[in-house]
Amino acid sequence: MSVMEKTAAARQAEWKPKIIAFCCNWCSYGGADLAGTNRLSYPANVKIIRVPCSCRVNPMFILRAFQKGADGVIVCGCHPGDCHYSTGNYHARRRMTMLFSMLSFLGVESARTRVEWVSAAEGARFKAVMDSFVEDITRLGPNERLEDLRCKEN
Amino acid sequence: MQRELINRARELLADGTVDRVLGWQAGQFAYDITPAVFTDAGELEAHFVYNEFCADNLSKYLIKESEKEGKVLAFLKPCDTYSFNQLVTEHRIRREHVYVIGVESYGKADVEKLRARGISGITGVETVSGMLKVHTMYGDESVPLNEVMLDRCLTCKSKKHVVYDELIGEDGDVVADSGRFDMVEKLERMTAKERFSFWQGELSRCIRCNACRNVCPACTCENCVFDNPGSGLQNRAARDNFEEKLFHIIRAYHVAGRCTDCGECSRVCPEHIPLHLLNRKFIKDFNELYGPFQAGEVSGQMSPMCAYTETADPEASVVRKGGAE
Ligand code: SF4
Ligand code: SF4
Ligand code: FES
Repeated sequence: MSVMEKTAAARQAEWKPKIIAFCCNWCSYGGADLAGTNRLSYPANVKIIRVPCSCRVNPMFILRAFQKGADGVIVCGCHPGDCHYSTGNYHARRRMTMLFSMLSFLGVESARTRVEWVSAAEGARFKAVMDSFVEDITRLGPNERLEDLRCKEN
Repeated sequence: MQRELINRARELLADGTVDRVLGWQAGQFAYDITPAVFTDAGELEAHFVYNEFCADNLSKYLIKESEKEGKVLAFLKPCDTYSFNQLVTEHRIRREHVYVIGVESYGKADVEKLRARGISGITGVETVSGMLKVHTMYGDESVPLNEVMLDRCLTCKSKKHVVYDELIGEDGDVVADSGRFDMVEKLERMTAKERFSFWQGELSRCIRCNACRNVCPACTCENCVFDNPGSGLQNRAARDNFEEKLFHIIRAYHVAGRCTDCGECSRVCPEHIPLHLLNRKFIKDFNELYGPFQAGEVSGQMSPMCAYTETADPEASVVRKGGAE
């Protein structure tokens, strides 16, 4: 095995996915907080971006996240019926369904995107969702189909 | 047909029903049709054309035209009437300022398909008993219209005029078996990897001329994200394959639920990128997930992007139902 190959293999083994989680302020962000206070550890490679409501997430945010190096993007909001603004998550559900379907149509692996509903009381669920998402993305490997090479570290 | 249209336009101008006429005229070449506004009989006689090259959808021009004083006469083909309704729905066209005459259309000719048959020096075109008669500098040629039609007309969704004040020619029907989703389905059946390389090959040809956006009757924002200097994507070619995709995803997404599938975007693309497949993917998804919907079918419809239901909408995970590739 050459030195080059070794480093590539080593890099592969060290690789940890970067996950961006858009969490709505009223439920899912609370859920993440609760997971924290209960000392339920969720993977450190999940970076949370707090948004006022799941429907604040513009399709451009998702694409930009991938551009800047995310390997998976997840949108979390209040359970249907519980949105602080009554209907935001219903809008988000349709919008994200359409966007994710288009990404899949363009050949981006459909497991790289997700929508999950997590309430402020569901710290354990928050952890479980993130664990399973990280597991999916780890299996898929690095995002190569929606990447911007200029944003890569090496 | 052209004669009838000119005569009727002259009558309506003369009796004061309308002040201006929106139609088509030839550009530098006979097949180079461009939309134009006519204000008197002399201009109509000199320049107005209506033939198998008049593919341009006039509805978008009515945004500006209907803002003006007085009334404008617009000739709309079946597909243009859908765009018209959609723009009325979005309060972009002032309906009371437009007099709509529906004109029949059995498909428009693609000059490149004529060229591919070695026909050049084209000076005009007309339909004579089902055949397309092409006048050229070297004499006339006859070809079956359906062999040289624009691709979008081969999968025409409707020959019906969904709005008009009067009709010239015949009204047709919605085409149930247009086959317009066949290619989308074919792509859906491929693996993610195959789809990715298909789109990579298509989208990497884009030169960001913005013609697809400029012609689109659904793309009517005064300030477009792609003109915004802060967006980082303002009017320039893509720097890498991420930006290629970004433009196309966002362009199609911004018209999703409003795109009437008029086919103008693919028609004008100088790189022959099949933009209609992106639009049709959205249309197909809306139909399948939230029930049948045709933008512009009637005015006043709510876009399926907004018309959520609380309990019947599937979760976003439906996207993965075909396997989590
Ligand atoms: S018309 Fe074609 S080349 Fe021009 S911006 Fe649109 S897709 Fe790109
Ligand atoms: S996106 Fe294309 S097909 Fe749809 S309305 Fe615009 S120009 Fe017509
Ligand atoms: S506030 Fe949580 S989804 Fe709207």
